[in-house]
Amino acid sequence: MRLAAEKLSGERGGEPVFSGLSFSLESGQALLVTGPNGAGKSTLLRIVAGLLPPAAGRVELSGAGESIPDARAASHYLGHSNGMKGALGVEENLAFWREFLGQPRLTPHEALEAVGLGAIAHLPFGYLSTGQRRRAAIARLLVSYRPVWLLDEPTAGLDRRAEQRMAELMREHLDGGGIIVAATHLPLGLEGAQELRMGKPS
Amino acid sequence: MTEKAIRRWIDLANPTRFLALADAMLPWLLGAAVLTVAVGLAMGFAAPEDYQQGITVRIMYIHVPFAWLSMFCYTVMAASSLGTLVWRHPLADVSLKAAAPIGAVFTALALLTGSIWGKPMWGTWWVWDARLTSVFILFLMYLGIIALTRALDDFGRSARAAAILTLVGFINIPIIKFSVDWWNTLHQPASVFRLDGPTIHPSLLWPLMISAVGFTLLFLALHIMAMRAEIWRRRVITMRRLAARRAEGEAA
Amino acid sequence: MLALFLREIRLGVRAGSGALTGVLFFLAVVAVIPFGVGPDLNLLARIGPAILWIGALLASLLGLDRLFQADREDGSLDLLLMADSRHMLALTVFTKCVAHWTIGVLPLVLVAPMLGLFMNVPPLGLAAATLTLLAGTPAITFIGAVGAALTVVLPRGGLLVSVLILPLTIPVLIFGVAASRGAVADTDLFLPPFLILTALTLFFAVIGPVAAALALKGAAD
Repeated sequence: MRLAAEKLSGERGGEPVFSGLSFSLESGQALLVTGPNGAGKSTLLRIVAGLLPPAAGRVELSGAGESIPDARAASHYLGHSNGMKGALGVEENLAFWREFLGQPRLTPHEALEAVGLGAIAHLPFGYLSTGQRRRAAIARLLVSYRPVWLLDEPTAGLDRRAEQRMAELMREHLDGGGIIVAATHLPLGLEGAQELRMGKPS
Repeated sequence: MTEKAIRRWIDLANPTRFLALADAMLPWLLGAAVLTVAVGLAMGFAAPEDYQQGITVRIMYIHVPFAWLSMFCYTVMAASSLGTLVWRHPLADVSLKAAAPIGAVFTALALLTGSIWGKPMWGTWWVWDARLTSVFILFLMYLGIIALTRALDDFGRSARAAAILTLVGFINIPIIKFSVDWWNTLHQPASVFRLDGPTIHPSLLWPLMISAVGFTLLFLALHIMAMRAEIWRRRVITMRRLAARRAEGEAA
Repeated sequence: MLALFLREIRLGVRAGSGALTGVLFFLAVVAVIPFGVGPDLNLLARIGPAILWIGALLASLLGLDRLFQADREDGSLDLLLMADSRHMLALTVFTKCVAHWTIGVLPLVLVAPMLGLFMNVPPLGLAAATLTLLAGTPAITFIGAVGAALTVVLPRGGLLVSVLILPLTIPVLIFGVAASRGAVADTDLFLPPFLILTALTLFFAVIGPVAAALALKGAAD
């Protein structure tokens, strides 16, 4: 499986934020996107996720099997928001995404155990602290399978221990032949990852 | 108020004390309520029929208590609002929130029984007469208060908001009443509470009074039960928040 | 899709007063009209079905603006959009509309007969008004979904949705009221306008979600 971007340009609100970006990732590889605020890290991820059209260039995914035509269908996207409903229980939220996203992997309970939230699975999501919410959102990556993980500041709001746990989960995903593209300020503890440094547009 | 009475009132502010007291009182209150309602209704059925209205007059023995309670309950809620806004009594908000649905149900029952009574009397289920209309508006206000108490998750803020709305409504009720009176009227004038004494015959009045007292006791019992449930509900919420925080502590 | 439907229903029930507010608004609108018109029961009986329809129309516009905005705020909308290849987006929108209607509008239809009694509408007229509401209000929700999708990026789209949607719902209102009048009046017919009303609902059940899905795809940022 191969995820590649060719001469990608992105714009936000009509303003170009970056241009001519290329990268190529094979199974088991990770890409860290770094750079100052406003460099277009989130825009890049949203373009790869198919949520925004690229201003120029294209994103290609090959060798992922017939049922997955493009990068959008192959990806988990973890944006700034967690995609969970405060009025529903943590486990209910995950059970919904598992059902809706398809290709189930871990059960909601196993996934919550994996991020250390097993004890509060029954609580409404709205009662959780910022770090707990982020961990619950990470558990969503585990309940249904996607080969590509697109992570936007995945460890924002996490404490040291949860960060390490996240690093383990990401390594497991890579070892299983997955691909990760992560935008981050903080070191994620991924050895051997490629790095894409984005600067302010001149 | 003597000092002892004041202390007892403050003691009641402690929800645990209130729960203990409620548990002790409820069986008696419920028993008394059921007994009084039964006696009142039995006497009502033994009472003579109205020469004009026939058997339909019997619905009066539940209709009038329901209508009385629809106003009594609102008064309780208005008093609770004062408790929240002026004395910041912690149970006042619980009382307000618990009373609102009960009041709405009694008001709905008053409207329903009135409409069943009105059908043979006036030939229609509903007329836009002054009394009926103002009770209907009261019903809408109950529903509004219920919606407001449900809308906010934060107890403190929802308490103040509901209290303010209830008080504004309480001040408005007489105004609505008078304006609607002026708008139109068909309902009979008051016949029980009058300066020159009741115009209703004693043989009808007594069962009516007893059944009104019985339904009031029933309301009080229901109100205490609802308050108890509300206190428990709040405890569950607090404990859940606590559980979330404790899990955080363990993870760190 | 069933999972999405169940989630929406659960959210509607649990997040509290959304449905109740709609019903209350309906009650209030219908209750206010006699004060304006006067307590003339004959007049009220004649215009009753129309009042019910206008009340239901206004009440079902409430909360439409949150249809997609709530999902956008917590990031769920991105995930729903990304699942397009698995669940066609139009179908997702359709499911959300059906859930929204079940939670927010069906209660209005259920209380409509009771409100009709307040206006002395005869039983046949009541049944007709309720039936037309049942058949016609889904169309309002489906049209509303388009407005909700178009204004999803606006922070205060609520009023704008209503302004955009109201003119589009006029045909539904016309045939809804015509059918309920047709059931009571001797000179008018019930069935032709009712069938047109049903056709409108079916038509918008397709057009609405497809257009809303297009708008949502365009609105991503």
